[in-house]
Amino acid sequence: MKQFSLTVCLAVAVLFGATASAQDSRLLNVSFDPTRELYKEADTAFAAAWKKQAGKDVRVTTSNGGSGKQSRAVQDGLEADVVTLALAWDIDVLADRGLLAKDWQSRLPEQSTPYTSTVVFLVRKGNPKKIHDWPDLIHDGVQVITPNPKTSGGARWNFLAAWGWALRQPGGNADKARAYVGQLYHHVPVLDTGARGATNTFVQRGIGDVLIAWESEALQSQQELGKDKFDIVVPSLSILAEPPVAVVDKVVDKKGTRQLAEAYLKYLYSPEGQELVARHFYRPRLPAVTAKYAAQFAPVKTFTLAEAFGDWRKAQATYFADGGVYDQISEAGH
Amino acid sequence: MVAVIASHAIHRSRGLGVSVGRGVLIVLALLCVAGLLLLPLIAVFVEALGKGWQVFATAISDPDARTAVRLTLTVAAIAVPANMVFGLAAAWLMTHYEFRGKQLLGALIDLPFSVSPVVAGLVYVLVYGVHGWFGDWLDAHGVRVIFAVPGLVLATIFVAFPFVARELIPLMQAQGNEEEHAARTLGANGWQIFFRVTLPKVRWALLYGVLLCNARSMGEFGAVSVVSGHLPGLTNTLPLQVDQVYNGGSDSAIAAAFALASLLALLTLLTLLIKRLVEWRHGGELAHPVRRH
Repeated sequence: MKQFSLTVCLAVAVLFGATASAQDSRLLNVSFDPTRELYKEADTAFAAAWKKQAGKDVRVTTSNGGSGKQSRAVQDGLEADVVTLALAWDIDVLADRGLLAKDWQSRLPEQSTPYTSTVVFLVRKGNPKKIHDWPDLIHDGVQVITPNPKTSGGARWNFLAAWGWALRQPGGNADKARAYVGQLYHHVPVLDTGARGATNTFVQRGIGDVLIAWESEALQSQQELGKDKFDIVVPSLSILAEPPVAVVDKVVDKKGTRQLAEAYLKYLYSPEGQELVARHFYRPRLPAVTAKYAAQFAPVKTFTLAEAFGDWRKAQATYFADGGVYDQISEAGH
Repeated sequence: MVAVIASHAIHRSRGLGVSVGRGVLIVLALLCVAGLLLLPLIAVFVEALGKGWQVFATAISDPDARTAVRLTLTVAAIAVPANMVFGLAAAWLMTHYEFRGKQLLGALIDLPFSVSPVVAGLVYVLVYGVHGWFGDWLDAHGVRVIFAVPGLVLATIFVAFPFVARELIPLMQAQGNEEEHAARTLGANGWQIFFRVTLPKVRWALLYGVLLCNARSMGEFGAVSVVSGHLPGLTNTLPLQVDQVYNGGSDSAIAAAFALASLLALLTLLTLLIKRLVEWRHGGELAHPVRRH
């Protein structure tokens, strides 16, 4: 029994030790799924830069998961100093809850998106199903892998890329776009909950003929598994995916980490941060870095969300809210 | 004569039929065990070492992985003793006293078996999260439960709760309480009866329940996944870390995930090995009128 109480004391001590050490200079970045490699490197690089600049130690932890799920966790009390999510809506929700200012998106350059990507197709080597553009995805016998737009932020960009393309075809309108996107989702055999899950389904488990993916995911898969396994196909028109970042006011003011959190996000815009971003296959914003990595990114004709759909609040309500267009399409499929 | 031979033949063929049936059943059972339990277990270790010792060593010496191991052991070190005390108290109550609501208590003990772990986790978020019932109070006092270690401990205690009690209740029922009555008439007080009479009577069953409880505590995924927040190096237990590393998706990430998974498997295998030893040495004292697990 003595031993038992000793164990409990020890356990309690460890517990309080853990909370005590959390008081040190620490930042929590709650991010979406396919940024894990980027932030793993950026977190260490920022800590080194901060040490040089301010002479202080800082430890940044990044948590990764589906964008919507991560946003939900922050709403439920996960104390994120900064959020770096897949789409503005997931941060708008936090602003609605009073966690940060409603005008958060105007506080940093480029609508608070230090890097962008676009939606491309990853196909098996040699492109056996001859997939060159959006219409080829709905040919007979083509299996398309894309995650579930209800849970995955990346998948919403995929959905909107397809919709926007259909809308911008000669004679294109909302009805035609709905018909095309509806058919497209009939070709999806597995709906993963997150973008990385979908990549794993296509790349590791070998399911499907084409993966609709962010360019960053496609390039990374190609780098990891060799150019002899996959080809990247750039469609005639795609969307400019803009994953935003923001400081969570309520958390940094409580923890006293505002200065650090702001420096962390600004670091992403710095030449050093932009290099990092480009090395992890996201498109940088700085022209000099863009020029340096020009060979890595194929030219793509893109439209922005603002051009095609207004803003995320509207897009979310129309397409992805309960009973929205995506729900109607998937119900019609059964 | 013909009739006799015929009846012999029938007997023999029936005997043969039974033994063939038994053989088929045994083979089927072995195939199931091999396919469902043994092969996956082997696969964990094969995958873990598939890329060589170097990858394995790097994976398990990663700082986040080491924190995950430490956290898993810490959570188990709190949850298991807590459940031991709860389980003993509950079993004692259930078998030594008659009271109103006893049925209800019995049902409550079984609740964690029947409630899905993910629901258990969500319930804790509802009660202790910032928008939960006690959210404001906890926040005002600077106490963090959800997305912190206390939440992990609570969720683990919940899912592993029934193991000790369910192990003890049938045994205590079978043993009756004559010895306790005898001790009382000889002048022992409640604590003396408990430590000198009851506890020795059930110690092996208790150990057995504790080991099962420990295996479950270390392996729990669903409930802790909801309350963890998945912070590598902070609130990722070993099962969560395995999942997170696996979702990295690259070949090396998958090998690393299996390295961690094999570590987890080793921890639980060790627990089960101790359990087997206990069974083997003290099988007689582990009366199991009702066996649930």
